[in-house]
Amino acid sequence: MIRKKYLRVLSPLVLVSLALFLTGCDSALMDPKGQIGEEQRTLILTAFGLMQIVVIPVIVMTIAFAWRYRRSNKNATYSPDWHHSNKVEAVVWFVPCVIIAFLAVLTWYTSHSLDPHKPLDVEEGGQEPMVIEAVSLDWKWLFIYPEQGIATVNEIAFPEDTPVRFRVTSGSVMNSFFIPRLGSQIYAMAGMDNDVHLIADEQGVYPGRSTNYSGAGFSDMTFDAHVGSQQDFEAWVSKVRESSESLTFPEEYYELAAPSEDSEIQYFSEVSPALYESIIKSFHAGGDHAERVEAFSDSYADGFGHGSHGDEGHGDESHGESDESHGEPKSAEAAE
Amino acid sequence: MFGKLSLEAVPFDDPIIMVTVSAIVLGGIGLTAAITYFKKWGYLWKEWITSIDHKKLGIMYFIVALVMLLRGFADAIMMRSQLAMATAGAEGFLPPSHYDQIFTAHGVIMIFFVAMPMVIGLMNLVVPLQIGARDVAFPFLNNLSFWLFASGVVLVNVSLFIGEFAKTGWLAYAPLSGLDYSPGVGVDYWIWALQISGIGTTLTGINFFVTILKMRTKGMTLFRMPIFTWTSLCANILIIASFPILTATIALLTLDRYLGMNFFTTDLGGNMMMYVNLIWAWGHPEVYILILPAFGVFSEVIATFAKKRLFGYNTMVWATVAITILSFVVWLHHFFTMGAGANVNAFFGIMTMIIAIPTGVKIFNWLFTMYRGRLEITSPVLWTLGFIITFTLGGMTGVMLSLPAANFVLHNSLFVIAHFHNVIIGGVVFGMLAGLTYWFPKAFGFTLDEKWGKRSFWCWIIGFYVAFMPLYVLSFFGAVRRMQSYSNPEWQPLMIVAWVGALIIAAGIACTLIQFYVSIRDRKQNEDVTGDPWDARTLEWATSSPAPFYNFAHLPEVKGVDAFWDDKQANGGVPPLSEPPYQDIHMPKNTWEGPIIALFATIFGFALVWHIWWLVIAGGLGVFATFMARIFNDDVDYYVPAAEVERIERENRQRVKRKGDLAHSTRLGTQS
Amino acid sequence: MATDTLSNQGHAHGHDHDHHDDHHDTAGTKIFGFWVYLMSDLVIFGSLFAVYAVLLRGTAGGPSPADIFDLPLILISTFLLLISSFTYGMAVLSMNAGRVASVQKWLLITFLLGAGFIGLELYEFQHLIHLGHGPDQSAFLSAFFTLVGTHGLHVIFGLIWILVMLIQLKQKGLNDVTRPRIMCLSLFWHFLDIVWICVFSFVYLMGVL
Repeated sequence: MIRKKYLRVLSPLVLVSLALFLTGCDSALMDPKGQIGEEQRTLILTAFGLMQIVVIPVIVMTIAFAWRYRRSNKNATYSPDWHHSNKVEAVVWFVPCVIIAFLAVLTWYTSHSLDPHKPLDVEEGGQEPMVIEAVSLDWKWLFIYPEQGIATVNEIAFPEDTPVRFRVTSGSVMNSFFIPRLGSQIYAMAGMDNDVHLIADEQGVYPGRSTNYSGAGFSDMTFDAHVGSQQDFEAWVSKVRESSESLTFPEEYYELAAPSEDSEIQYFSEVSPALYESIIKSFHAGGDHAERVEAFSDSYADGFGHGSHGDEGHGDESHGESDESHGEPKSAEAAE
Repeated sequence: MFGKLSLEAVPFDDPIIMVTVSAIVLGGIGLTAAITYFKKWGYLWKEWITSIDHKKLGIMYFIVALVMLLRGFADAIMMRSQLAMATAGAEGFLPPSHYDQIFTAHGVIMIFFVAMPMVIGLMNLVVPLQIGARDVAFPFLNNLSFWLFASGVVLVNVSLFIGEFAKTGWLAYAPLSGLDYSPGVGVDYWIWALQISGIGTTLTGINFFVTILKMRTKGMTLFRMPIFTWTSLCANILIIASFPILTATIALLTLDRYLGMNFFTTDLGGNMMMYVNLIWAWGHPEVYILILPAFGVFSEVIATFAKKRLFGYNTMVWATVAITILSFVVWLHHFFTMGAGANVNAFFGIMTMIIAIPTGVKIFNWLFTMYRGRLEITSPVLWTLGFIITFTLGGMTGVMLSLPAANFVLHNSLFVIAHFHNVIIGGVVFGMLAGLTYWFPKAFGFTLDEKWGKRSFWCWIIGFYVAFMPLYVLSFFGAVRRMQSYSNPEWQPLMIVAWVGALIIAAGIACTLIQFYVSIRDRKQNEDVTGDPWDARTLEWATSSPAPFYNFAHLPEVKGVDAFWDDKQANGGVPPLSEPPYQDIHMPKNTWEGPIIALFATIFGFALVWHIWWLVIAGGLGVFATFMARIFNDDVDYYVPAAEVERIERENRQRVKRKGDLAHSTRLGTQS
Repeated sequence: MATDTLSNQGHAHGHDHDHHDDHHDTAGTKIFGFWVYLMSDLVIFGSLFAVYAVLLRGTAGGPSPADIFDLPLILISTFLLLISSFTYGMAVLSMNAGRVASVQKWLLITFLLGAGFIGLELYEFQHLIHLGHGPDQSAFLSAFFTLVGTHGLHVIFGLIWILVMLIQLKQKGLNDVTRPRIMCLSLFWHFLDIVWICVFSFVYLMGVL
C-alpha cells in the first residue's frame, strides 16, 4: 500500500527530473563557451556525481526501511532496544568524511585555479589580457575600453580566444557582473575595483546581466557580449567610433548615471581619460559623488503607495526616470 | 503633526492591496463583533493575552505563524503568477515597485514571522514539559517576548496598507537599503518590525537557555535530555550569540537612515560590504536556529512511531553541537563573489562542507532508528520520510553551492532559491508540520485528523518538487532571483510548471486548514484521554492532555533517556497515574505588563517609521512606565492549594476512567 | 516501582516537599539569566568594536582619532568609572552585611560618579559636534560616536536602575526581591566597567598612540 503510493509519486518525479536534466544539457552552464565555464561545468558535475554515493543510498534506504519495517509487517525483525552499533556508526561517519575530504581538496584546488582575479594561462603566445571596464549604473551597464578610448552602454564585443580582464565597479548600489556562457560572476561595488578574467572559445552572442538585485530596473539590466574574430571586433570598434556621442567626466557621466530603466544600447566615441578611476574616486575622500547624485534622489522615491510608481514618473519630477530613459518607464505601463 | 504620514500613504489606486485590506478590515470587524457579542473579551484577556503559561504562548505563536503563512504564501503565489506571464515584453500584473515589495515581504514573513514563531512556539509548548518543569525560568519575559514578536507582525502588516514595505530583498543589503536609494518608509518598516520582534527573540533565547540549564527535573542530566530539548538548547545558544549581531546591524542601518551616519554608505568612508558580512554573521546561524529544532522533532517522531530507541543518541547530540559551532564560521559562503582571495573562499567553502558530515550522520541515525523498528506510517512519519529524502537533495545542492568555483556561476541564480526552499520547506516546514501533528493532542486534548494530514503531506511534497525542480534547471540557463520579468520566452514553460507546483502546495495548505476544521468537529471521537496518544517515550506524555497549567502534579524523576517509556515498561506497559497526596504548587501570576509594553512598542515603532516625533516620545515613555510598573509590582506569584491540585487530578483520573476504558483496553491489546 | 519515578519522591515516601524545587524566579536562576543576557550584550559590543576597527580609516578627509581625542579628559572619566565600580563593590559588601543605610549610601556615591562620567561624555560629544566633527561627517566618526554612545546609553540605563534600587530599598529594604536585583545591577555595572576599559584602550589609547 505504502510502496504503491511511493512508486506512484516517485516514478513521474524521476521521469520529470530526468527530462529536466536532459533539457538542461544545452543550457548556459552545461554548454559553456569558454575555458572558465568549462572547468566550472566539470566541477559541478564532479561534485554532483560524488555526492550520489551518499544521496542514492539514503533515498533507497529511506524507502526500503520504511517499507520493510512498517508496523504491519510481522515478519521483520523488531529490536526495540537496539540503538547503538559501533560498526554502523563507523561507516556513517567514515563515508561522509571521505567524500567531504575529497571535495575539500577539490575546493582548495579549484578555488585557486578558478580564482576570478587570476589571469588566464593562455597556451599560445601568452598575450596580455585585453581590458574592459564595466560600471554598473541604475539600471544599465557602462563599458569602457581604455585601450581603444571608447565606451558603450549595454553592449560589449571582444575577439574569441583572447583573455579578457573585466575590471568591475559600480556607480550606484551593488550589482554583479555575469555572462553565464563564459563562467564566473563578480560583484560590482561602488568605490571598489574588482576584476574577473574570462575568455570565449567560440564566436557568438552571449547574453549577460546583473545577477544581484539592485532596485526597480534590475530585471532589464542586461547586455549582450558579441564574440567574433579579430576583424569583427575591429569593425565593431570602428562602428562605436563613428558615434557622435562623447562621455566626459563628470558632466556627461552623471547625465548617463541618472536612473533609467530598460536602457538602449549607446556608443561613445570619446571618453574622458581614466574615466573608470574617476568613477571609483568619486566615492573616496574628496569625491563629490553625493552632491552630484542629489538631483536623482526623487527617482528612487516612487511614492509610498504600491502602485503609484508610474504616476510619479509623469509628474513634476522631470529629472526622474521618464526623462532619462528611452521612452516611457516600463512600470508606468504596467501600473495601468 | 503626523510626520511623513498623510492620506496619500494609503494605496487607494491599487486594487490588489485594497481588496486585501478590505478583507482584512472586514474580517477584523467581524471578529471583534463576534468576540463582543459572545462576551469573550474578558476570557481572552485573562486566559490568553495576559497568560504566562508556556503552553498557551506556544499555541498563540503557532496561530500567528499559520495566519502569517497564509499571507506569505499569497505573496509566493503572486510572484509565481507574475513570472509565469511576464516574459518577452509582457509585463505581467505586478510592476517592479509592487513585485519588489512582494519578494521582500515573502522572505521576511516566511523567515521571521512564520518559521521562527513555529520553532519558538513548539519550544514553548514542549520544552518545559519534556524537562519536567512547571514553567520557563522567566514567565513574564516569555509573555513579553511573544507580544514583542506580535508587535513586529503588526508593523509588517500595517505596511501593507499604510505606506509601503521595503523593496530591497529580505536582508535589505546596503547601500540599496540606505536613505539615498530607498528614501521611502519601506525600509523603516523593515527595520522596526525586525528590531522589535528581534529583541523578543533574544529574550526567548535567554529564557529557554536558562530554563533548560536550570529547570530540569530531578535526574535529568544533560545526556538524558530528549533530543528535541537538546536541539532547542543549541538553537537558543545560537539565538543568544547571533541575534545581538542582527540588533547591532539594524541599529547601525537605523543610524545611517535617521541621523545621516555613514556606516554602510557608498561614500564618506562607509563600507557596504561590512553590512553584508554582519547580516550574514547573524543570517547563517539563523538558518540553524530554524533547522535544529526541526531535526529534534524528527528524532522524537521517528523513535516514537518506530517504537524503538533513537539510534545513536550520543552521536545525535554531538552532531548537533558540531553544527552549532560550525554555523558561525561559514557566513562568507553567501558572498564568495565579493572577490575575496582564493584562500579565504576556500576556507569558508570547506567549513561549509564540513557541516554536511554531522548532518549526514544524523540522517543515517534516523534511518537506523527505523531499521528493525515497527514503523507506524502516520502523518508525522510521512513528513519525516519526506524530509529525509528532500533534505538530502537540498543538502547536496548546498554542498554544490559551497564550492566557491561553482558558486561563481550559481550565485544569485534560481539555483539558490531552489536550494534554500529545498531545505527550508523540506526541513523546517515539514518538521514544524510534523511537530504540530505530533504535539497537537498535548496542547488541545484531541488528535488531528490523519486522512487530511496525509493529503496535506502529499500535496506539499509533490507541490514542492513540481515548483522547485524547474528552478534548478532554469538556473542553468542563467535565470536569476528577484527578476520581475525576463526577456527569454524559452523559460516560460518551466515557469508555468513552477506556478502549478505552487498551486499544489496551496492545496496542501488548504488540506491543513480542512484538517483543523474536521479535527475540531470530530474532537469527541479524537479525544486523547490518556495524555499519551502515541505510546511515546518522553516526559511531556506523562501528564494529561491538555496538560494542566502546572504541568505536573508531582515533578517526575528521570533515570535515563526515554524516561516515560521506561516507566511504562516497568509498569506493565501502562502509564503510571499520579496519586495523592498533593502539595501546594508555586506558580507565576498572569501579567498585563507584557502586552501593554508591546502595545507601546508598536506605537513607538510606527511613529519612528513616519517620523512622528511626539508619538515616538509618547510610545517610548509608555514602554518605560509600563516596565517600571512591572518592576514595582511584587504581586507576581501565588500558590495553587494542594486541594485544588487534587481536584484537578481527580477529575482527570475520572475522565480517563470514564471515557478511556475502551481506548485503554484497545491500547493494552496492541501492546502485547 | 514505576510510580516512584514519576511521582515526586517526596510524596510516595511521605517526605516534606521542598518548595524551592518549583520556584520560578529563584535568585540563582535570575542572576544566571542576567549573566546570559550580559553575554548577549557583549556580542553587541563585540560587533560595534569590529565595526569600529573596520571603519577606523574611513575618515573621508575628516579628522583621525589622534586629531580629536582629549586624553586627559578621558583619563578623568575613566577614573570616575573605575572608582564607581569600587564603590558599587562596597555597596554589595554592605548588602551582604545587611546594612541597608550603608548600601544606600554607596549606591548614591556610585550614582554620582556614574553621572559625572556621563557628564564628561556629553561634554566631549557636544564639543566634537561643535567643532563640526559630528557622527555624520565620516564613517570613522559614526563608528566612534556609536560605540562610545552605546556604552554611555548603558551607563545611563544603569543610573536609572540605581535610582530604582534606591527607591525600592527605601520601600522594602533588603529582601528576596531587592537582593538579586542589586546583584544583577552589580554584574551590569562591572560589565560596563570592563567594556569601558576595552573602549579606553582600544579606541582612545590606540587612537592617540
